[in-house]
Amino acid sequence: MRYFESEVIANQQITQDIFVVQVKRNGAEAAAGQFYMLKSWDTELTLMRPISIFKAEADSLHFMYRTVGRGTQRMARLKAGDPIRLLGPCGNGYPVAEIKGKVAVLGGGVGIPPLCETAKTLRNNGVEVDAFLGFRDVLFAVEEFEPHCANIFVSTEKGAEGYKGFITDLLKPENYDVVLTCGPEVMMRKVAAMCAETGTTCYCSLEHRMACGIGACLGCSIRTRSGMKRVCKDGPVFLSTDLMW
Amino acid sequence: MEIAGVPFKNPIIAASGTFGFGEEYHELYDVGCLGGISSKGLTLRPKDGNEGIRVWETASGMMNSVGLQNPGVEAFIEHGIAQMRRFGNVLIANMGGHSMEDYVTGASMLSEADIDMLELNISCPNVKSGGMAFGIKADVAREVVTAVRKVCSKPLIVKLSPNAENIVEMALACEEAGADALSLVNTFQAMAIDIRKRKPVFNNVYAGLSGAAIKPIALRMVHSVCKQVHVPVIGIGGICTAEDILEFVMAGAAAVQIGTVNFNNPMAGRDMLNDLSHLCQAEGIADINEIRGVC
Repeated sequence: MRYFESEVIANQQITQDIFVVQVKRNGAEAAAGQFYMLKSWDTELTLMRPISIFKAEADSLHFMYRTVGRGTQRMARLKAGDPIRLLGPCGNGYPVAEIKGKVAVLGGGVGIPPLCETAKTLRNNGVEVDAFLGFRDVLFAVEEFEPHCANIFVSTEKGAEGYKGFITDLLKPENYDVVLTCGPEVMMRKVAAMCAETGTTCYCSLEHRMACGIGACLGCSIRTRSGMKRVCKDGPVFLSTDLMW
Repeated sequence: MEIAGVPFKNPIIAASGTFGFGEEYHELYDVGCLGGISSKGLTLRPKDGNEGIRVWETASGMMNSVGLQNPGVEAFIEHGIAQMRRFGNVLIANMGGHSMEDYVTGASMLSEADIDMLELNISCPNVKSGGMAFGIKADVAREVVTAVRKVCSKPLIVKLSPNAENIVEMALACEEAGADALSLVNTFQAMAIDIRKRKPVFNNVYAGLSGAAIKPIALRMVHSVCKQVHVPVIGIGGICTAEDILEFVMAGAAAVQIGTVNFNNPMAGRDMLNDLSHLCQAEGIADINEIRGVC
């Protein structure tokens, strides 16, 4: 883990409120499902922002984010050449090295980005991956999954594109050895419950408000079946059977 | 410099609750460069802390309601102390409590352990039933400090709450009861509301405000207390820069603690230490004692 200043290569608006910032990697490590704490400000905002790794390339890291508050709105104004500070990589990603067989990655909204790097890594490990991507109305990042996935299923809530309804409607966990999910808690709970019924291994990546991002402040602690865990340090990926929801 | 007979290599101490037991920040820099580290707030028995949202950013600050999640005094003595000892700086055990009995039992256990100082937290605003009461009424604080003093042979710091009815009376009561030093201030009791949910953000409704937003008020409180007490005072509250440190020292503080700034810049301790030495040089301050309490 390192704290370092980097430089923005590009900051692209994908939809009305979804952006991807590409930053110089400077040799930083990155594993599927990990995240970085980012800040493009000095002390104007108190906290850094936890953003998952969307794509890791040889010389750059890509972070996809939705503008939801003051921090991400500031990030949206970044331009090529601007400085940006990174702390990470934080947390434990999906256990991609241990995963064999056939895998479904299922994401909803801004839970989708970390699954892209995860699908890529699994595919490189010879694992067959299907992607289930749920959106409210406008699609994004789907094309990024195409090189890594055998099948891609998409849904929108009102049927603007793809299946009309929730993405969980399309998942048949019994067809997979492992399901990896990230997105709204209500969606992940549904996925976890479906996997529990079929006995399919399921990993969930949680989102949480964080202050330090490295496990010191206990601002993101959650209660699990194996005691209190820090989402930032012990997670963000947890076995679904370890979660109490 | 020294506080209550304990030598510090510099006046920057990591504040309790923001720095764990030092281990996580040690991955980023040698935290042994700091004057000392105040441990995550301990309680006699392990605590899981509060449910719901625990941290919330505010203008120039943040609020927290962690609720003293910690492994308990016994586990700290077994594992935490050895972990903190390897840093080679001053080891301060911070301990809070829910009852007089808990304070006394915990303090006597820690007093026998290999710590350099005990920082008694009579001021955590995030623990229901009791924690706060000790920090509000000077008479209650006097009672708990007197009882802890009897069983504690280690240098005793008492950490004060800015929510005290009268911070100077509180400080004087703690000094009279035997505190070797005072640290102030802990977080200010505050509130945030989620207007979309039409509900308070925190399950406990109120939570503790920290960060740059509280610095001028913390400085005023440190200044008023330093004018009245004879024991050393450790200044805390929104300190973000070397300039802030000098302000607290000029207000009378012997040392400072840095907390929330660690979240904005995880290298803040090391960076502020470097900045402080350059700033002192630039300002012609050969020894920080020269400027202590000049205001």
